[in-house]
Amino acid sequence: MHNFTPFSALLGGILIGLSSAALLLLEGRIAGIAGICAGAIIPRKGETAWRVSFVAGLLVGGMILRIALPSSFNFGIIRPYGALVLAGLLVGFGTRLGNGCTSGHGVCGIGRLSPRSMIATMTFIASGVLTVYLVNHVLGGMR
Amino acid sequence: MKASVASFVCGIVFALGLGISGMTQPSKVIGFLDIAGAWDLSLAFVMVGAIGVYFVAFRMIRMRRAPMLTGRFSIPTRNDIDPQLILGATIFGAGWGLGGFCPGPAITSLASGAAPVVVFVASMVAGIYLYAMMPNLGSHETKMAAPAEDLSAGAAVGNR
Repeated sequence: MHNFTPFSALLGGILIGLSSAALLLLEGRIAGIAGICAGAIIPRKGETAWRVSFVAGLLVGGMILRIALPSSFNFGIIRPYGALVLAGLLVGFGTRLGNGCTSGHGVCGIGRLSPRSMIATMTFIASGVLTVYLVNHVLGGMR
Repeated sequence: MKASVASFVCGIVFALGLGISGMTQPSKVIGFLDIAGAWDLSLAFVMVGAIGVYFVAFRMIRMRRAPMLTGRFSIPTRNDIDPQLILGATIFGAGWGLGGFCPGPAITSLASGAAPVVVFVASMVAGIYLYAMMPNLGSHETKMAAPAEDLSAGAAVGNR
């Protein structure tokens, strides 16, 4: 197990939890990034402003990381463009059909013990494990 | 206005958490999912930290009648396991494993200006639109709880 970084992972996770908790405390909203993203680009009355602001915050946070912690963007593995196009389509479509992603189901959903989110999280991790197995060990890592 | 500023600040903190935890690096995500390769357990620690904080905070926050800046909580109340949930999670997991990005880290990583991230996010947006254009799928909305009648939180408030 190389590259194992438990302390920074735990610290970053705590920040993600605090941000999600603050969004609930202040605005009563669930920090599901897929839903926030969809709501920001497909506007609905009264539902759009907070989502656009959150996405803007993610981008500004990314700019801060670029200056303060540039290693955040040492991607390590970048798949070929064709694979990234397919991956993006699957992530966009799948998170809408399944009502959530790693943040909405994986953090907020499990954090409130939602059965749907627990099932969804187990399902997308299993699906991800199977996909990585196929890509890395059957297709030779797509390099 | 206050609510928009709050969302903005939450977004910044969320992005910093993603960067510090290593989740903006597809090698860490793929490393976690690659149980047959050089397995990297870090992502599990991210989830433990995030879920742990949220688990405690959720129970405290739900004792309030309303959030601080808005009139009501918008929390999903569905408990049914429908085929869309399973199929959607399966499709999402496949894309997550293939690209190594999920929505939050992908948007945050746009700040790097790297072309592969731009391609991934553009495709993700196309996937979101594709879903919205499908008439039978695009109509189902997540039910939200009215204040004080939230099913999933009922148990939480009960065993405080």
